[in-house]
Amino acid sequence: MEELSLHILDIAMNSIRAGATEIAVEVTEDRARNLLAFAVRDNGCGMTEEQLAQIHDPFFTTRDTRRVGLGIPLLKQTAEQAGGGLAVTSSPGQGTAVEARFELDHVDRPPLGDIAATVWTLVVTNADVEFEYRHTIDGACFEVGTAELKQTLATRSLGKPRVAGALLKYLRERERRLAEGRDAS
Amino acid sequence: MKLEDLRKMVEKMPGEELPEGGARYTVVVGMGTCGIAAGAREVLAAIIDELEGLGITDVIVTQCGCRGLCEREPLVAVTAADGEELVYADMTPERAREVVASHVGRDEPVGAYTLDAGELP
Repeated sequence: MEELSLHILDIAMNSIRAGATEIAVEVTEDRARNLLAFAVRDNGCGMTEEQLAQIHDPFFTTRDTRRVGLGIPLLKQTAEQAGGGLAVTSSPGQGTAVEARFELDHVDRPPLGDIAATVWTLVVTNADVEFEYRHTIDGACFEVGTAELKQTLATRSLGKPRVAGALLKYLRERERRLAEGRDAS
Repeated sequence: MKLEDLRKMVEKMPGEELPEGGARYTVVVGMGTCGIAAGAREVLAAIIDELEGLGITDVIVTQCGCRGLCEREPLVAVTAADGEELVYADMTPERAREVVASHVGRDEPVGAYTLDAGELP
């Protein structure tokens, strides 16, 4: 995958397959620490110690449609090649946290890519899941949550085409402002 | 744009409650690792943009995991209210727009991109 934001989408979709009803996505870019990190935390079914020990193995998967699970092994390899690493913590019934770290200026670090489109995809295709998203760049932060969005927009589903279209424009603009350093909040 | 501006934008839109009896079609985009790596996110964006452009509101768009046909991703399934499902393979944003306009918009499936019965595992 060419963008870290696609890995984030992939990991969060794992959370949804794990039955999560609440998912937090956090992205941090910090030039002073030469760090790009992201975390996906969920309240899904979690994994046993035995399952957790096997998730870096591409030939381990809990799915029955395909016998090779590539998402986590690929992300781990990408993180390690970019001077960072991957940490997965989980316990049955408690949920799972996936945290990836990269050296911000490493030549082999893929770009973050279209993170607005990733957050939007998660929100509009999973009406029953509540998301919290926070993106911090050198201390400036953009935060948004589906509970607040639904309340503000007086809708139960953010996936209706016109609402979804407006939401993508909103997320793109807020991300652009954050990247340009224009969001002080 | 502030959250308040987004609210004003959405407020001006006509009501979008689903008709009685539910959605006319459900559109499902494959969002397993295989689908995502093949471009499912951009296919989804094209589908919603096309629905919005055509003013179609009686449709639900959602996602599913890997269906075991990774090499034909992105897959997009269109299911009618009566449960009949057609699965489109090798979707691109352009092809997905065609499927929305024809199948969802005019009830005319696009035979060129559909999987045959039995192709799905």
